[in-house]
Amino acid sequence: METTTLAPAAAPEEAPPFKPKTPWQRLWSDKLARAALIVLVLLYGGAALADFLAPYSMGFNDPEVANAPPSTIHWHNVKGEVGPPYILQSERVFDPLTYRQDYVQVPGPGYPLRLFVKGEPYNLFGIIPGDIHLFGVNAPGRLFLFGSDINGRDNFSRLFFGAQKSLTIGFLGLFIAFPIGIVYGGMSGFLGGLADNIMMRIAEAIMSIPSFYLLIGLAAVLPPGMSSSTRFALITVILSFIGWASLARVIRGMVLSIREEEFVQAARAAGMSEFINVVKHVLPQTASYLIVAATLQVPTFILSESGLSFIGLGIAQPDASWGNMLKEALDNANELVAKPYMLSPGFLIFITILCFNTVGDVLRDVLDPKMRGQIR
Amino acid sequence: MSVPVYILKRIIQALPLLFIISVLSFVMLKLAPIDPLASLKANPAMSTAAIKAEEQRLGLDKPNEVQYFLWVRNLVTFNLGISTSGSDVTELLMERAGNTLLLSVLTFFFTWLVAIPAGVYAAVNRGKFGDKFFGILTSIGMSMPTFLLALLLLMGALATHWLPIGGLQSPDFYDLDWLSQIGDEAQHLVIPVTVLTFVGLAGIQRQMRGNLLDVLRAEYVRTARAKGLPENKVIYKHALRNAVNPLITLLGFEFSALLSGAALTETVLAYPGLGRLTLDAVLTKDINLVMASLMLGAVLLIVGNLLADVLLKFVDPRITLE
Repeated sequence: METTTLAPAAAPEEAPPFKPKTPWQRLWSDKLARAALIVLVLLYGGAALADFLAPYSMGFNDPEVANAPPSTIHWHNVKGEVGPPYILQSERVFDPLTYRQDYVQVPGPGYPLRLFVKGEPYNLFGIIPGDIHLFGVNAPGRLFLFGSDINGRDNFSRLFFGAQKSLTIGFLGLFIAFPIGIVYGGMSGFLGGLADNIMMRIAEAIMSIPSFYLLIGLAAVLPPGMSSSTRFALITVILSFIGWASLARVIRGMVLSIREEEFVQAARAAGMSEFINVVKHVLPQTASYLIVAATLQVPTFILSESGLSFIGLGIAQPDASWGNMLKEALDNANELVAKPYMLSPGFLIFITILCFNTVGDVLRDVLDPKMRGQIR
Repeated sequence: MSVPVYILKRIIQALPLLFIISVLSFVMLKLAPIDPLASLKANPAMSTAAIKAEEQRLGLDKPNEVQYFLWVRNLVTFNLGISTSGSDVTELLMERAGNTLLLSVLTFFFTWLVAIPAGVYAAVNRGKFGDKFFGILTSIGMSMPTFLLALLLLMGALATHWLPIGGLQSPDFYDLDWLSQIGDEAQHLVIPVTVLTFVGLAGIQRQMRGNLLDVLRAEYVRTARAKGLPENKVIYKHALRNAVNPLITLLGFEFSALLSGAALTETVLAYPGLGRLTLDAVLTKDINLVMASLMLGAVLLIVGNLLADVLLKFVDPRITLE
């Protein structure tokens, strides 16, 4: 996404030669939408550069420091002077009286926090090899900004890798659900009559099952023991299966009404075949609706994936997704008060959805003021 | 068309819908790579006779289409067999569906109780602080995952000990007198109802605000103002009544979202509802129970939509049912 480079500064209102703004400019000139777009670019950028930005890899684990609290960053050295930040190594201690384990910091020189530190090797975007991480500490020091989970994995790093799954699934689902919805709805509106009737009843049947029930029903059908990439692909398919029906219904309605417009009738009178007429003249008219609907559908998919992973039916361990990271918060609910940072994946989901919704709302007002309040 | 005839017609219309849903559920049931009796067989407390009876009931030795008809017949006659834990599925479903309905009805009540006045307030004070405040609040509500809000409130309850956590009843529920029993359930309902209300609030409040703004532009409102009616009367007696009607059509959609949202909330808060039952059934591979509750969810949704349409007829006499 080259949103930041594409964006010219909004022209001042009083500029004398009146030039109508493109939809993009109007979207960008809305302060809220601009902020939301910037946050989204940051989130997606973070996901894309996860290997470099995160101090550890997704699979990194150190069982010696399982369930460790967040590392405390010290700014004062032993003499009490302000100096470069460092962390102290944490060590697990076990209280034989209460059977509780706890972590204490070992006094010593500590491990200084470094930028561009050499760490685990990785392949950025799957092709560029590297081993430099934006920040971190030298081993055997362990920097856990949000603590570590039960397997001694770094929660903070996994947030980045979780973003890769959680944020892409929304768009992937779109690429399956929308073509199906457009073709199905277009066909239904084009054919009319009995075929239309049957096709719409089927779409309605799918919409009549509360979506979450259908979602977990479908997830239950997935055989256990699949590879994680197969599972990811199948979850995407399941999500799109939920999303296409309502879109198909709207497209069908639009096709039916646009078919009666004068310019379509003119083409018909001029002898254009009905099928080509629908494809060439009717369907393009739904474009602005589709753009808005897509923007608002992505967060729905993201939410569904998180929900599914949250209850343990979506992306499964050891892969990270925001949903299954939040599941750990639920599984250890009694520690929530002491470890509120466990809810951080939930807040990232919330922020992502908020940004998509904000952009979608503004986009709807920009592209088609008539549609206000009709979608969702 | 009179109301009973209309209801009858809608029920007949719903039948093909239910047929498609049942075929869909059955195909999923068959696709699942699970022996439906596996966990029963693994349960040492189950007698061979009980397993035999279950096999008979499902017709597992017969071809697929026969199995489908048997399955539908069992559904219609509420002969749903036993769950993996050995309890009667019909009883289990009814009890849990009742709990979910209780949650839904309370949520509806509180959502509308808050959303309608908030929407009116925002429309009347358009662009002022209150309007903007509700604008931000509803943006948050629309983007807040139910499970996150449920976790947050759970955390709050854990920290303060003001409210009981999890379930619908305290362990000592059956030792209490009936008044305390109601109080006990009410206390348990506070968190789930708050979660669902907050999430549901956003859509209704925005719709209400938009509707009222539209209506306030109408000619009859201008007339009412021109003849010197006090502003209160114009808004509450003339405008509001017409602005509420479109909301009732939303009821059906709301119900769908509510059932889905409730499933996750129930899971987080260990509330004994239909959603949690379905989820547990999925996790324990109790595929019988999953499909039965899928059907029940669909029926609830269809009935909800029907009720919304009939209600609209009562509220707005201009509507003719057809």
